[in-house]
Amino acid sequence: MTKRVDNLKVVSNKILTEDFCVLKLESDQKLPEFRPGQFVQVKADRSPGTFLRRPISVHDVDIENNTYSMLIQVLGKGTESLYKLKPGDYLNVLHPLGNAFSEPVMNGKIVLIGGGTGIAPLLFLGKYLKNKGFEIEYLLGFRNKSRVILVDEYSSVGKVHLTTEDGSIGEKGFVTHHSVLKSQKISMIYCCGPDPMMHAVADLCRKNSIICEVSLENLMACGFGICLCCIVDTTRGNVCTCTEGPVFNIKELKW
Amino acid sequence: MVNLKVNIGDLCFKNPVLTASGTCGYGPELTDFFDVSRLGGIVVKGTTIEPREGNAYPRMAETPAGMLNAVGLQNKGIDYFEKHIYPEISLFDTHIIVNVNGSTIDDYVSLSERINRLDKIPAIELNISCPNVKRGGMIFGTNLDSARDVIRAVRAVYKKKLIVKLSPNVTNIVDFARVVEEEGADSVSLINTLLGMAVDVNKMKPVLSTVTGGLSGPAIKPVALRMVWQVAKAVKIPVIGMGGIMNATDAIEFFLAGASAVQIGTVTFIEPDAPVKILEGVEKYLSEKGVSDINEIIGYLIKQIK
Repeated sequence: MTKRVDNLKVVSNKILTEDFCVLKLESDQKLPEFRPGQFVQVKADRSPGTFLRRPISVHDVDIENNTYSMLIQVLGKGTESLYKLKPGDYLNVLHPLGNAFSEPVMNGKIVLIGGGTGIAPLLFLGKYLKNKGFEIEYLLGFRNKSRVILVDEYSSVGKVHLTTEDGSIGEKGFVTHHSVLKSQKISMIYCCGPDPMMHAVADLCRKNSIICEVSLENLMACGFGICLCCIVDTTRGNVCTCTEGPVFNIKELKW
Repeated sequence: MVNLKVNIGDLCFKNPVLTASGTCGYGPELTDFFDVSRLGGIVVKGTTIEPREGNAYPRMAETPAGMLNAVGLQNKGIDYFEKHIYPEISLFDTHIIVNVNGSTIDDYVSLSERINRLDKIPAIELNISCPNVKRGGMIFGTNLDSARDVIRAVRAVYKKKLIVKLSPNVTNIVDFARVVEEEGADSVSLINTLLGMAVDVNKMKPVLSTVTGGLSGPAIKPVALRMVWQVAKAVKIPVIGMGGIMNATDAIEFFLAGASAVQIGTVTFIEPDAPVKILEGVEKYLSEKGVSDINEIIGYLIKQIK
C-alpha cells in the first residue's frame, strides 16, 4: 500500500477520561486500506514545540463512512494538543505504516491482551478476526477502576476479562496472573501494552507453547524506515520496528 | 526558465538539492512520496566494508527544535550494497553518492576502491565526522593530521569526485576545510551533527544508550550556516551545505552564504516530500527575484561583505 500524507478532518473527539480520548477522522479522498496492527504518524501542528510526528495505532476503521479512529493518551505537549482537537479541525497524518497482525493458523482460543493505551490496536484486530469467523476474548489490564476505558466497545466484539493492579475491578494483579490464561487451552495470543507486560506475556507463551504476536511501541523519528532509530534486536539482527513491525512474532525477538 | 544546474568540478548536478546521508535510506524509501530522480542527487546511508548492527536502542531523543541520534552506522556492508541495492538505485536518473565510513584508513581506502569500480556512482562523500562510533568517524575529522592522512590515502585510489564531510565539533572548521582542499578533494560538505546529550530525569539516566549522540534539525542551522560561510570564504572548492534546512528559505540562506548545493536531512523524517518541495521553492524564489541562474546567488554574501 502506498504511503502518503493526508490532512484529515476531525469528525468527533470522544473524551474518555482526563487523559484519554478517541479521535475519529475522515478524508475527502478514499482512505488507504488499513490492516490491523498498522499505525500512522501524526503531526501535532498545534504544539509548536513538538518537532517529530507521533506514532499512533489505528484503533478502529469504518470503511463505509471512510473514517478511522485513534485512541490518544496524553503523555506530553504533542498528545495534549491532539486531545484538545475539536470536530472540524484538521490533522496531518502520514499513513498507512507498518506491518499487520497475522491470522491465527490453529483452531483454539484466541486471546487479545492489552494494557493501558496498548489496547488501541486490539479493537480493530478483534473486529477483523470476528468478521473472519474467529471467536476472540479480550484480557485488558489497567492500573485501577478509574483507569478502565472502552469496555463496552470491546465487549461488543468479544468477551472482556479485566485485571487491575489494586483489584478495584476485575481480577487483582497483572494480566499474566488472570485465571482465563490458566483455565483453557489457548492457541494464540496477540498483545500490546507496556514493555514489562509484553515481556511477561511472551514468557508465559513460550512456557506454554502458545503462538504470540506483540506490537511494539519503540521510539521513532520517521516511521517509514529511513532514520533507523526504532530498532529492535531480532533473530535477523537489528530491524526497524516501523517497517518490519510494529508486530513481531515473539519467536523473532531476542527478549 | 531558471538554470538550476551546479557543478562540482566537471560533474554537473541538474539542481543543487540533494538528500543527506542517513535521512533518505537509499532512495526507494521515498518513492511513495515523490520522484527522487527530480533531485540533484541522493547521498545514501553511511556504508562500511563490513555489515554493522549499529548501537543499542534507544538511539533517538527529541530535543528543542531538533533531535539527537545515535544510530552508529547500521548498514549491511558493501557486498550487500553492491549486490542488492546498487542495481535498483542505479536506475534513478540522478547522481547517487555513497557516504563512505571506516574504523581505519585501510577501511576507508578499500571501500573507496570498491566504489570506484561502480559505474553509476560518480562521487563519494568521505565521512570523517560520524559522532556515534567508537573507532574512526569523528576521530579522523577532529584531528588535522588524521584528517589529512585519510583524505590523502583515499584520494590516491579514488578517481571520481571526492567530497569530504566535516564535523562541526572542532575549534576551527576552516582549518579542516583547507586540509580537504590541499589534499585534492573536489568538494567539502558540512556540517555533520553536533555532539549532544539528553537526560531522562524520571529514570535518572541518559536517554541514549550511547549517552551522547548527534544533534540535527533547525536547532543547529545557525551554526551550520556560520560554518558554511566561513568555509566558503576560505576555500575555492565547492561547498555543500547542510544542517537544519527545513524549507526553501533555509536552503536559499545556505546558497547566499556560499553553498553550491544543499543536503536535506532531518526534515524528511517529518515531511517525506520535503526535498522536492524545497527544490520547487528555490526555483520559485529565483524566478520571483528575476534571477536566471542559481549560480548568481551562490556566495552572494561573500561578494557583498568583504
